[in-house]
Amino acid sequence: MKTMDLQELEKRFQEKIDKEIKIEPNDWMPDEYRKTLIRQISQHAHSEIVGMLPEGNWITRAPNLRRKAVLLAKVQDEAGHGLYLYSSVETLGADREATIDDLHSGKAKYSSIFNYPAVTWADIGTIGWLVDGAAIMNQVALCRCSYGPYARGMVKICKEESFHQRQGFESLVTLCNGTPTQKAMAQDAMNRFWWPALMMFGPSDDESPNSAQSMKWKIKRFSNDELRQSFVDATVPQAEILGLTIPDPNLKWNEETGHYDFSPINWDEFWQVVNGNGPCNKERIEARTKAKEEGMWVREAAMAYAEKRALKKTA
Amino acid sequence: MSNREWPLWEVFIRSKQGLNHKHVGSLRAPDATLALANARDVYTRRSEGISIWVIESNNVHASDPSDADSLFEPSDTKVYRHPTFYEVPDGIKHM
Ligand SMILES: [Fe+2]
Ligand SMILES: [Fe+2]
Repeated sequence: MKTMDLQELEKRFQEKIDKEIKIEPNDWMPDEYRKTLIRQISQHAHSEIVGMLPEGNWITRAPNLRRKAVLLAKVQDEAGHGLYLYSSVETLGADREATIDDLHSGKAKYSSIFNYPAVTWADIGTIGWLVDGAAIMNQVALCRCSYGPYARGMVKICKEESFHQRQGFESLVTLCNGTPTQKAMAQDAMNRFWWPALMMFGPSDDESPNSAQSMKWKIKRFSNDELRQSFVDATVPQAEILGLTIPDPNLKWNEETGHYDFSPINWDEFWQVVNGNGPCNKERIEARTKAKEEGMWVREAAMAYAEKRALKKTA
Repeated sequence: MSNREWPLWEVFIRSKQGLNHKHVGSLRAPDATLALANARDVYTRRSEGISIWVIESNNVHASDPSDADSLFEPSDTKVYRHPTFYEVPDGIKHM
């Protein structure tokens, strides 16, 4: 390659982005673009993996075999999502295990929603409906991300996510048409998960300084607030069908804007949870660290076995 | 903690009989047997494939994106390689 100055490279890069040409692993890209993606994709991967914990907790207690098989398949999908994403972060030259160690040390974040506990069976349906629903809203937008491997991973993930949301909704339909106790359990789950689900879209636009650059690079296509609004608009009618009340006295249809108005979000709570003080932060990180440390001998044994066999072959 | 990671493998899947194997992503595994087993679990949970190839990533040799112009531009200029370059008299139907 002829030596080009940085400015020229950056200009050509932005032209590609503007022309909707995807960026692939070996293409030149600005350091900041690479760093932003490594951070975003690895944190996305961590979210998929940590997200298995609250739901995994209910696999042995699912109310019947059908729900159990479904939950097992869903949690397995989340493991798959984590793996697609760790692979795509590796294409950027990041060290997979180092990103995982950053999660364990608290340096890397993951979606704040997974720091809330799943205390009743209705929480599992609600997580599928609201949490996977919010994740879909985010991920559909990411299918058009300028970075090829991330965009392709998202396409695959989105195809799988819609089953996650539907199974959750179906489970809630059953509870909401069940006994008054079951219905109350669903309402209670809704009360606890509604606001944390809205927080999944991240800080308000005026509070997210990196957003503009990500939009310019087409890593992001819609702002946090835009996605949050789309989620509210899509979800309110679904809650009505369930007969559940959304825990927000100010939620109402705005004829003028064509959107639902809703109360301001409690950002103090959001930052508390992001910064490690949510109900389950400590437990989640301990579980992940333990899994790595206590599973390490399996990885080592598998590697030793593979090497021994390779040696035998060449001998 | 061990700092030796399992090698990286590229995964190719034949989605149905009659089609080529197509690259779908990568994964880590200690050997080919486990790479195939993991590829099945990670990439074919919904009948996406009927056959899997795995190739250790460091055995893949790729062209350099910055050579793309010199490699592929010459074929863009050879329009006579395409049938549409040639004029066929009106009376001829299938050619
Ligand atoms: Fe997922
Ligand atoms: Fe999901």
